[in-house]
This record gives sequence, C-alpha cells and structure tokens, in this order.
Amino acid sequence: MAAAAELSLLEKSLGLNKGNKYSAQGERQIPVLQTNNGPSLTGLTTIAAHLVKQANKEYLLGSTAEEKAIVQQWLEYRVTQVDGHSSKNDIHTLLKDLNSYLEDKVYLTGYNFTLADILLYYGLHRFIVDLTVQEKEKYLNVSRWFCHIQHYPGIRQHLSSVVFIKNRLYTNSH
Amino acid sequence: MRLFVSEGVPGCLPVLAAAGRARGRAEVLISTVGPEDCVVPFLTRPKVPVLQLDSGNYLFSTSAICRYFFLLSGWEQDDLTNQWLEWEATELQPALSAALYYLVVQGKKGEDVLGSVRRALTHIDHSLSRQNCPFLAGETESLADIVLWGALYPLLQDPAYLPEELSALHSWFQTLSTQEPCQRAAETVLKQQGVLALRPYLQKQPQPSPPEGRAVTNEPEEEELATLSEEEIAMAVTAWEKGLESLPPLRPQQNPVLPVAGERNVLITSALPYVNNVPHLGNIIGCVLSADVFARYSRLRQWNTLYLCGTDEYGTATETKALEEGLTPQEICDKYHIIHADIYRWFNISFDIFGRTTTPQQTKITQDIFQRLLKRGFVLQDTVEQLRCEHCARFLADRFVEGVCPFCGYEEARGDQCDKCGKLINAVELKKPQCKVCRSCPVVQSTQHLFLDLPKLEKRLEEWLGRTLPGSDWTPNARFITLSWLRDGLKPRCITRDLKWGTPVPLEGFEDKVFYVWFDATIGYLSITANYTDQWERWWKNPEQVDLYQFMAKDNVPFHSLVFPCSALGAEDNYTLVSHLIATEYLNYEDGKFSKSRGVGVFGDMAQDTGIPADIWRFYLLYIRPEGQDSAFSWMDLLLKNNSELLNNLGNFINRAGMFVSKFFGGYVPEMVLTPDDQRLLAHVTLELQHYHQLLEKVRIRDALRSILTISRHGNQYIQVNEPWKRIKGSEADRQRAGTVTGLAVNIAALLSVMLQPYMPTVSATIQAQLQLPPPACSILLTNFLCTLPAGHQIGTVSPLFQKLENDQIESLRQRFGGGQLEETFDLKAKTSPKPAVVETVTTARPQQIQALMDEVTKQGNIVRELKAQKADKNEVAAEVVKLLDLKKQLAVAEGKPPEAPKGKKKK
Repeated sequence: MAAAAELSLLEKSLGLNKGNKYSAQGERQIPVLQTNNGPSLTGLTTIAAHLVKQANKEYLLGSTAEEKAIVQQWLEYRVTQVDGHSSKNDIHTLLKDLNSYLEDKVYLTGYNFTLADILLYYGLHRFIVDLTVQEKEKYLNVSRWFCHIQHYPGIRQHLSSVVFIKNRLYTNSH
Repeated sequence: MRLFVSEGVPGCLPVLAAAGRARGRAEVLISTVGPEDCVVPFLTRPKVPVLQLDSGNYLFSTSAICRYFFLLSGWEQDDLTNQWLEWEATELQPALSAALYYLVVQGKKGEDVLGSVRRALTHIDHSLSRQNCPFLAGETESLADIVLWGALYPLLQDPAYLPEELSALHSWFQTLSTQEPCQRAAETVLKQQGVLALRPYLQKQPQPSPPEGRAVTNEPEEEELATLSEEEIAMAVTAWEKGLESLPPLRPQQNPVLPVAGERNVLITSALPYVNNVPHLGNIIGCVLSADVFARYSRLRQWNTLYLCGTDEYGTATETKALEEGLTPQEICDKYHIIHADIYRWFNISFDIFGRTTTPQQTKITQDIFQRLLKRGFVLQDTVEQLRCEHCARFLADRFVEGVCPFCGYEEARGDQCDKCGKLINAVELKKPQCKVCRSCPVVQSTQHLFLDLPKLEKRLEEWLGRTLPGSDWTPNARFITLSWLRDGLKPRCITRDLKWGTPVPLEGFEDKVFYVWFDATIGYLSITANYTDQWERWWKNPEQVDLYQFMAKDNVPFHSLVFPCSALGAEDNYTLVSHLIATEYLNYEDGKFSKSRGVGVFGDMAQDTGIPADIWRFYLLYIRPEGQDSAFSWMDLLLKNNSELLNNLGNFINRAGMFVSKFFGGYVPEMVLTPDDQRLLAHVTLELQHYHQLLEKVRIRDALRSILTISRHGNQYIQVNEPWKRIKGSEADRQRAGTVTGLAVNIAALLSVMLQPYMPTVSATIQAQLQLPPPACSILLTNFLCTLPAGHQIGTVSPLFQKLENDQIESLRQRFGGGQLEETFDLKAKTSPKPAVVETVTTARPQQIQALMDEVTKQGNIVRELKAQKADKNEVAAEVVKLLDLKKQLAVAEGKPPEAPKGKKKK
C-alpha cells in the first residue's frame, strides 16, 4: 500500500474529513504533506503523528512518558523493520519477535490502543494475508493482536479481513 | 531502570549523552554488556543499547531511549523532532552504516566513504542554514540534535569526513561535540580510539548493499529545489508586480548619526587594530571587512547604523617602535594611523568613524569608569614584589628581565617563562636577573598595583549573560570561550602597568603607572564615538534603544564578553553592552599552515600592488571567511573562484541579461508576460532572497554570499533553457517569449546588484550604473523580489564586470608572497651583510657589524616579548619571531658560529 493511501486510511479512521493531498519524494516514495501554515512535513510516522494531533486524539500517541516512547519505538520499527525488509526470512524473524513480545500484551503499549497498533497493522497487513493457517497458528499472539485490531472500529475500512480460526489445528504444537 | 550499553557500539553515544536529562526524575543504573549479549528476551538478534524500564518493558530503539529521557525531563514532542528522528532512522542510518562499514571494515578512504553519506550531510547542512536556528529543532539543543549527533559522531569526529563547505553542519557539530555530556559519552563508547573502536561491532554487521537504482556518483548532489506551494508563488508574483511603488522613502542622511527612538539603531564596532603593525588579510577579514558587510547590509535595510573603528595606540610596543624609528610614540601613532586608514580606504570599508585611542576623550572616559569602579569598591590594591632597575629608574615588566632559570639553570630564561624547560617563572625567582635594556642587576622592591575585582562582579556578569545570550546571535565560539572562562571562575586582574605610553591612573601613588591596555582598549570604542559627536552617550548609555554588534577574531572575545562588561556593570552608568558578539576563527595562508607561524602572507598594503581590484579581494576573503571553522587563503583557489564564480557565473549572467536588452531591444526593457514557469522562478528567487536575509540577520556573512551565487546560477540556467537569442528571430510569440525572459533576467541582475552591495560595493555600483537602476532601488533591499526595471526602462551601456585571472599571473604572485614581506627585507639586509654563501669566510664581518646585529637581536627580542606579554595577535608574534630568528642566524654567521637549527632555542 502506498504511503499516501495509508495516510488517507488513517485520516478516515481518525475522523478527519478534509482529505489532505500528499506528494511523494524520492524513489522510496516518502510521503510529504504541505501544511497550511507551516513548513511541509516528510515521512509516514511524522505525518501520522501530526494527523493524530489534528484530530485531537493525542492519547493515541501515549499518555505517559513511557507509553509515548514505546509508541514511537514501534512506529520506528514499522518504517525501518517492517518496511525495510521484504525477504521471507526477515519477515519470519520479525513475526517471531513480535509474537514473543505480544505474549503478555493486548496492545503494543500493553493495555492501551495507540497509533503504533494502527500503523503496524497497516504495515503488516500485506504479510499476514499471505500467511498459511499453520503460520498464523505459529504466531498465535500476533494473530490474536492482528485480529483484534482489524475489528477495532474504523481501522480496517476497505482492507481485506484476514480470517483466523478459533480452534487450534495442532493442540500440542509448541 | 537499567540502561545496558556496550563499548564500541555507536547507538550508545546518544543514549549516554541523553541519560543526564533523566537525572532527578528517575534512577538510571548503567550496566556495561558485550555487544553480542541478548538483553531483550523477545528479540532474536542482539541489540544494544537497551533500556529496561521499571515496568519490566524494554526500549530497544536508540531514539526511543533518548526520547524517553527527554520526555522525563519535561520536554514535549513536536512534529519537527519526529521528522528528524524518522529521517535519521530511515535515511541517515543506512547511509552511515554503509560509510562506517567501508571505512572501518573495508579500509576504504576519502570519497569512497564520504560518497554514501554526502547527500545526508548536505541535507542537514541545508536545513540548518535555511531554518536560521543554531539547532535542528530550534534555538536550543534538543532530542533531534543529540540523536543525530550520536549517529554522526563516529564518522565526523575525523575532520576528513566533515566536508568543509558544509559550514552550518560543521559549527552545529562542533557546538555539540564540545558539550560535556557528549564528550563523556564519546570517551566511554570510543575509548579515544576514534572510529576504530567500532570495528568489532561493525564486523558483525551485514555488508551494506549498494543503493538500489541510484547511480553511483561522487558528485555532490545538486542543490534540491525547495518545493513551493501555490500560495508562495502567488505572493511572490504579487510582490513583483507592485514594483518600485513598494519601496519606502530613503532615510535622509544624518550627520552625526544618532539613535532614533522607535527605530532599529544598530551600533557596529570592529576590533581596534594595534597601530604599529600593518594589518594582515586575516586581520582584515576577521573584523573590519566582516563588520563592513554587516554595516552595509544594515544600511540597505534602512536601519539607523553607526559603524566605528580606530587604531589602538597605547602600549610598550609603540614605545619600542618609536625608539627604533627615532620618533616619539605620538609620531609613530600618527604615522601608522594613516597607513591603516589608507589600507581600509582602499578596501572600501564604510566606517562612519575611524578614530584612535590616544585622545583626551579616552583619558576622560577611562578615568571616569575607573573612578566609579573605585568608589563602588570594585578596585583592589595589592602589593606586588617586582624587580626594579635602579639604573633605568623603573620597575621592570616581566619581559624586561632575563636571568638563570630557577628550574633548569638555563641562562637566558625570560621573566615570565623559560624557553628551555618551558616552565612559567615569576620574575623575582630568576637567579642573576638582568635588566634587558641596560644589563644591570635589578633589585626586588614592593610596588602597588591596582586590580579589577572580577570575582565580585561575576554574579552581575552572569545575570547579564543570562539575559543576553539566549536568542542572540553570538557566534558559538564566542559563547564557548565566555562560558569556559566563567566555568573556571574569574580572578582579580591587574589593570596597571609600569609604562609611560598609556592612560594615566588618576590616583595618588600611581603617577608613574598607566592603565593596562586591556582595561582601556575596549573603552576606545566609546572615546572614538565621543570624538565624533558630543552626544556619544546616546549610543553608549542607551541599552534599551541600541543594538550593539561587535566584530573580532576569537582571541579578543574575553575582553569584550567578560572584562569590559564587568567594568561597565560595575561602573553602574547604564552602559550599552554588546548584544551580538561575532567572532571569527583564524584564516590560514596556503598549504593549510598558519601564516602566523611562518610570517608569510599578504599584508593590507601589498594587496593594492597585486593589480587585483579591491572588490575581488573582498569577494574572496568573504567567500572563505573563517565562519565556524578555520579556513585558508589560497592563490589557486582565488583564481578558481574568480574565474568560475565571478566571471563565469555572476559576471556572465549579469552581462548577458544586460546585453540582450541592448542588442535585441534597443536598450529598453521589453514587456514581460509571465508564464507559470517564470512565476515559479520568481518564487525561487524570492525564497533565496529571504534566505539571504535570514542569514545576514544572523551575521552568517559567508553563507549569505552563496545565496547571491545561487540566484545567479538560477538565472544562467533560465537563460540557457529559454534561449532568447534564438527566439528573438522566431515568430511573434517567440519574440514575446524572448522579451519576457530578457526582462525577467535583467530584473534578477538588478536585484543581484543590490544584494551584492555589502560584499562588492564597487561592482554593485558599476552594475547599477550600467542598468540605470532608479536611485531608491539601489539603496534599499526589501525581503521581496520586485520588478525594479519595468518595461520601457532604458538601460545604459553594458560592459563586462570581471577579468580573468591567468595562471602565470597568480603563480608569480604566489611566489612573491610565498616568502612574503620577510624574505624581501631579508634580501635587502643580505646585500649589506654577509650572504649565507660566506659562511666559511666568517671573520670578514667587522666588529661594528656584529655589534649592530647584536643590538638588533636585542631590540627584536624585546618586541617579541612585548607582543607575547600583551597577548598580541599570534600572527604578529610569529612574524616578529621569524625576524628574530633570522637576525640571530645572521649574527651567528657574522660571529663565525655555524648556523643553528631554526628552533633558535639552543643558542649558546
């Protein structure tokens, strides 16, 4: 998904009606937002955080210092790790790590839904849809989290809904 | 919480530098682990640094850890910081990792390393210089600075990888690197091994893949054109269309210039050159020329401006020179004052006043400040044990004594320092002391001296600096020098000297003493103004209305930022204190070596004899102005810059624009019908003009010159793409297009002539005469690009502005000045005294000759000591030292001793 399309999705999920126009820079097609009364903003997570503030939903950036830092850490993870690596191997390491991280968490920050969940969901969507049933079960915690986010009101929009089965295929796996 | 770090892992630099921010808010335990330790349970690959939070959660991203520390200190997140950190993670890091890998693991060098990061470095540099703030996200150092500094430090700490032309990046990097938390982080992580400390870590990293789809090129990136919004373009067009109407009326010339309530009143001073030396190119760019550009700019902005300077004339160096030339000190000052004034006149320095310090006003004001300080208890009297020569009937300043070093027994130790063992000596400790002048043995006597009680004034000074520094345009070096003096604590400073040529001390018992130069030289600015107008106090006792800019080289900073402000604050007379202290670094001469150490270089009076016009000198000196870092004068580079930037770029553009008007349109500016492309160019020129203003408002003189050259490059490109010389022969539409392009181009030339005025006043006036630019447009520069040459305007005769400099011409100049002044004088001497070839026939030198040489050596030795004791410009000192060594060599030859090693320290 192109960054501009993703930001439009985010705008809608935040309830921002006036759609912004984005230009793209360089061969990585980094999104650029020309703000009305300031300099332009460059970069997916930078613009995303800006939109969150525009929508007066600062809580999505975290409420405490700790949460704020964790949100930004996962946003960085999204643009450097999820977007940076597309080889099968890398993605599996990434899912394995994420699975292990989410073992005791509902959301990326723990108990609060944040922008990090939204952007990681958008970023991972293209990989998750391709996972086999077995793989989805292998990354059980990721699957649980992903399924949860796609059902969060207003997030998924036109993206395909990924099916997760409730009953385990291999009850004795791992 | 626990912070896991590891030596030799680059990410640990910023987190350690930022950790201090959390102090008082949280306890941070620092644990050192191996770079391959898996600290974070859920990550497959090893990751350091890591912060384990008290909640049990982990932060494993370097930026997130730094961000957390900053958040704890109360900092709030903002878009600009987010943008920098995202850019750091996605763009800078990959480029840097590649560069470090090439450098450390593969042992590559130079462009092979720099090539991969140049684009990123240029991006930072442009952002810093465009946004007009010393730091990435504003006026103060913040998260983005620490994170980027930490990422860049391993590479940029090697000056080879910090490209010189990126001056904004350079000064930003230096500022951060000198801060204590950063320094400590660097020591911890790199262990003083520089980038090699990262080797074990980098060897474990995957080999970087060459950037995809991007041609591998060593060429620096072309300057990216800023993206312009429709609004910006529309605004530029509106401003352009208003044209001459939008110019305000010219300020009437005042005499004398005095501050006006409600206006911006700019008082500009240039450090006072010491009278008995001909100024060097480094002195000229360091203060008078830099201040001149700002003064001219300030007048173009219609700010009420007073620019003053003068010669600093008191001190023993003058006395010595007077003896040497058989004149009185006053006569020496008169003579050299004129030499100075002539040089600055030739360089077209636009002083409102060029005065001098040996005037009754100087005595009056200095004594008044002293009396006020005395009355308020800021002057201490102390007894000093000092050597007195009964024969000469005077107390001997340190450098007037020689004797045996109490530490190493060296026989010719000076009163302040032993040349052999280098130890500092208190003159009274010398064994067998001798008066340098008459060689008799001085006796120890106690004498009274006066001290300025700086410790007592320190608190006021700190308060004043606390109010003045934030948001001001003090250069980073000036801030740094000032703060480091304060950090070390101020000590009482002796303000009297046993000399004759100076301002008398108005106190009983001090009739034989004068004020020491550093106490009264800075008061020279006031007395010089007082000689210009009896209303001088409206400038100097008016801090509310006056903005004081002081220009100098960095060695002069403490006197302007600490000593004078302390005197002024202690005097409690509402003095105007410096608002913006602008200090340059040093200018080197050729080969990267300081001209100072070799006594080599071009002096002010010689520049005139080179046949190169003053404006070319001004341009080149300003182009290489040591702004933020030392720079070097190079003859070859002068030739290159003249032929490329002036002749081919600027001169070519302005000449072509004017020629098209003359040749194709009979000398009348044609009608212009702007297309969207033209409008875009208007907006780009406007943007660059605004950038020029931003830079000059911050006194970034060298950087602002680049804006002029950038506009002219845009202009050349515009002409090249649109080819008016072809279109003029085409259809009606083509001819109209040729008209528009010519008209717009000649208007850009007119704008350039005004922007150029602070830098090259004569060239600017020549262009304006050629274009017949209407008078108000010549003297006012607004922030918008206006159409100042409307359709139908008749221009004058156009002719080329610059001349090509030829290789052999420059090569002969280089040789002529490569041994400079000294060789020439030495040659003259060699004609009258034995030439080096006569070494074997040593006895040919007659005793009188030897005596004469000995006298000269003594005299020259005194000069050097005087200069050193006065903390004179290093350059001057070095030049004099070279003379001294050469004299000693001649003496040795004359005496039949083998010529010694050039060190001159082991003289028997």
